[in-house]
Amino acid sequence: MNENISFTLNDKAVSVNTDGERPLLWVLRTDLGLTGTKYGCGKALCGACTVIMDGMAVRSCVIPVSNVEGRKILTIEGLAKNGKLHPIQEAFAKHDALQCGFCTPGMILNAYSLLSSNPEPSRQEIIDGMEYNLCRCGAHTRIIRAIEEAAQEMKGAR
Amino acid sequence: MNEDKLQVAERGRDESQYPVSRREFLQGLGGGVVILFAVGDPPATGQGRGGQRPDFNAYLHIGEDGRVTCFTGKVELGQGPMTSLAQTLADELDVSLDSVDMVMADTARCPFDAGTWGSTTTPQFGPILRAAGAEARAVLIGLAAVRLKVPKDRLAVKDGVVFDKTQESRKVTYAQLTKGKKIERHLESAPKIKTVGQYNLIGKPINRLDAVQKVTGRAKYAGDIRLDGMVYAKVLRPPSHGAKLKSLDASAVDGQEGFQVVRDGDLVAVLHKYPDLAEQALSKLKVDYDIPEPRFDDKTVFDYFIKNAGNGRVNGKPAGNLDTGARLAKEVVEQTYLNGYVAHAPMEPHTAVAHFEGNKLTVWASTQTPFGCQRQLTSDLGMPSENVRVIAPFVGGGFGGKINYDQAIQVVKIAKIAKKPVQLAWSRADEFFYDTHRPAAAVKIKSGVDASGKIVLWDYSIYGMGGRGASLFYDVPHNRVTIYQRHHLLKTGAWRAPDNNTNSFARESHIDLMAARAGIDPLDFRLRNIKDEKFQRVLKAGADKFGWTPAKKSPSGRGYGMACGFDVGVPVVLFAEVKVNERSGAIQVKRVVCAQDLGLVINPEGVTLQVEGCITMGLGYALTEEVNFAGGVVRDENFDTYELPGFSWVPEIESVLIDADDEPSKGAGEPAIICMGGVLVNAVYDATGARLRQIPMTPERVKQALAKRA
Repeated sequence: MNENISFTLNDKAVSVNTDGERPLLWVLRTDLGLTGTKYGCGKALCGACTVIMDGMAVRSCVIPVSNVEGRKILTIEGLAKNGKLHPIQEAFAKHDALQCGFCTPGMILNAYSLLSSNPEPSRQEIIDGMEYNLCRCGAHTRIIRAIEEAAQEMKGAR
Repeated sequence: MNEDKLQVAERGRDESQYPVSRREFLQGLGGGVVILFAVGDPPATGQGRGGQRPDFNAYLHIGEDGRVTCFTGKVELGQGPMTSLAQTLADELDVSLDSVDMVMADTARCPFDAGTWGSTTTPQFGPILRAAGAEARAVLIGLAAVRLKVPKDRLAVKDGVVFDKTQESRKVTYAQLTKGKKIERHLESAPKIKTVGQYNLIGKPINRLDAVQKVTGRAKYAGDIRLDGMVYAKVLRPPSHGAKLKSLDASAVDGQEGFQVVRDGDLVAVLHKYPDLAEQALSKLKVDYDIPEPRFDDKTVFDYFIKNAGNGRVNGKPAGNLDTGARLAKEVVEQTYLNGYVAHAPMEPHTAVAHFEGNKLTVWASTQTPFGCQRQLTSDLGMPSENVRVIAPFVGGGFGGKINYDQAIQVVKIAKIAKKPVQLAWSRADEFFYDTHRPAAAVKIKSGVDASGKIVLWDYSIYGMGGRGASLFYDVPHNRVTIYQRHHLLKTGAWRAPDNNTNSFARESHIDLMAARAGIDPLDFRLRNIKDEKFQRVLKAGADKFGWTPAKKSPSGRGYGMACGFDVGVPVVLFAEVKVNERSGAIQVKRVVCAQDLGLVINPEGVTLQVEGCITMGLGYALTEEVNFAGGVVRDENFDTYELPGFSWVPEIESVLIDADDEPSKGAGEPAIICMGGVLVNAVYDATGARLRQIPMTPERVKQALAKRA
């Protein structure tokens, strides 16, 4: 059943008319044309589709789009501001914390959520917080270092 | 970093031009200097565009603005050629790295390339590209000599500026030299390239040029292609390999608003403008299949292989006489090693888009083999090859699995019937099903050591796979490798260093077993039995880094293991430390040291990334990854049952590279993974005294092995 669903996407008001049961992932990727959010498993097992909903990381492949009515969604496309990369993006690039790049948007947004709720995580807290985002290329150690450096950088900016 | 840098990185990916012939290709480039280059034999397996045998295998263009464009059929899968090839070319041309644009893996714009696999980009394509760069530089120096009225040997180049070494203010830029010129050079012989000591960029750690596109979500993969009127297809996955479609009733879906069902033989797909709705509708199709009786499953597969082995064939060159070897041996040790099927499981499932326009077809596909895909489509469709263009944009991991491009074949069949642009992305379950898995295999080894600790007998039999990595680099006077018949119900193919993971696991487990029986330290035992000096250097360098010392007894309880191997010309040695929880059977890998001799290293940062990737991926096949199946039915459909390594698994990783700048470059994407099975089996033995004969070493198998311990 189609319905009107309005929410804030990367700081802009958007509205879609579609079946509210459809996963947010596919509404973002097809209806709204934002392809930075990736499909990896469709069962919330890999984290490639991670987006931020009201400040917290969620897996958009299992979120019905009707659930985002009135909420704020941040995708990878909305993270850099005025052409300037977010410190987490900056740190991922600097540390080569990626190879094929397919898991990268989800990794970065999961790290964003982690640092929002815990601005000074220990290494173990980073590992625990990132454990269920999968990377097949093996960029793990660099992702951990990038998050540590981004945390420092963001601390300086506060 | 800012948007400027991003623009630079993205410039190389302009797909607006669409030349179909060499003439058009050259016209499309405008003015400047073009180098067409052939080095060595023309591509062995290939036809060029237009069905002609290619007479060159690299293009290079220096435009009137001084920008350098490198055209290569290689694919960026995450392994980093976009960066390392740009780095190589910039060095040879003496230009800055950010003045190089890479155009990759587009059959209409790039010279033929057999495929991105087997660690060939750096050792094989790299030197060709360097030669092309050196020639372009020579042409430009020639132009500069005329223009500046200075003899060529007095000229030098830095950052694309040619200057008189005796008077640096006398200078001219590449852009000024190419302005208004149209020079095409076609070379047959290799010009002089730089040597050790002359490099500016080669050998320096360079950050990835594609990083900004990837951290902003702007990098385009096949699934990110959007075309007017495009619909999404989802294929109906058969319940089993070997299943035959008996009947299909699509009436609940076909013709419903927005839906279309397409069938071509056993290929059935639902089309919709939203992929999620197309996928949902698959369950409404009424289908009936004939499914073959399962002959074996993941438990019985090895027995089946061995019982149905048929007559083997001897692999490579056998040496001596096995009976003589057995007589010389103080003790003969026989053992069988088992390793299951594994999936490639790239984060991006196979995806492709097909677009017919008039008599032309364009396909965007996540594949390691764009030219192979183009040839197959050309032949399937009976179209002239210049009308079929295949582009591999950024690919989200391959590991050998995307040598296969079945998804592209499927989507073209579908688009031909649907008469509109179609995108097909396999679901994760499709990916596990259609994947060309690494074959399961059993290896039987019968070996002997004499009283002096020398291996004198090696009789090695392979069931289920091939012989890459089975040729012995230990010096054994009486040895033979035999390969027996294969029987696979699942699709199998190349998986990062094909065969070599299983061969190295079996060999290195067995070498360790022999060392323990002979009462010799595992490192010492290997040094005694490998004569090759290069290999010895790698063994010693790795042992130094790890801090290996002989144990007072074996097993020592320290949890130390080592294993060595040889792949794509690279000797590699791994050392590891593990901790085993004897109650749960869980293995925690604390530390891995990897030593390799890679010859001249282009990008040390890129090599380190590959080493980390190999070791992390290797944890999976050594500890958990194994495809569950019965007959042709693949039971694993997602990451809940098929467990990939996570952050908490990753050990401290150290990479040691032998200094060998005067040796040719070798590929780094595969060797470091081959010893992961062997090194961890040996470390678990050293920790607990339990030696596992089968990987992955799941907690269940570890507990069983612990219980069987004497």
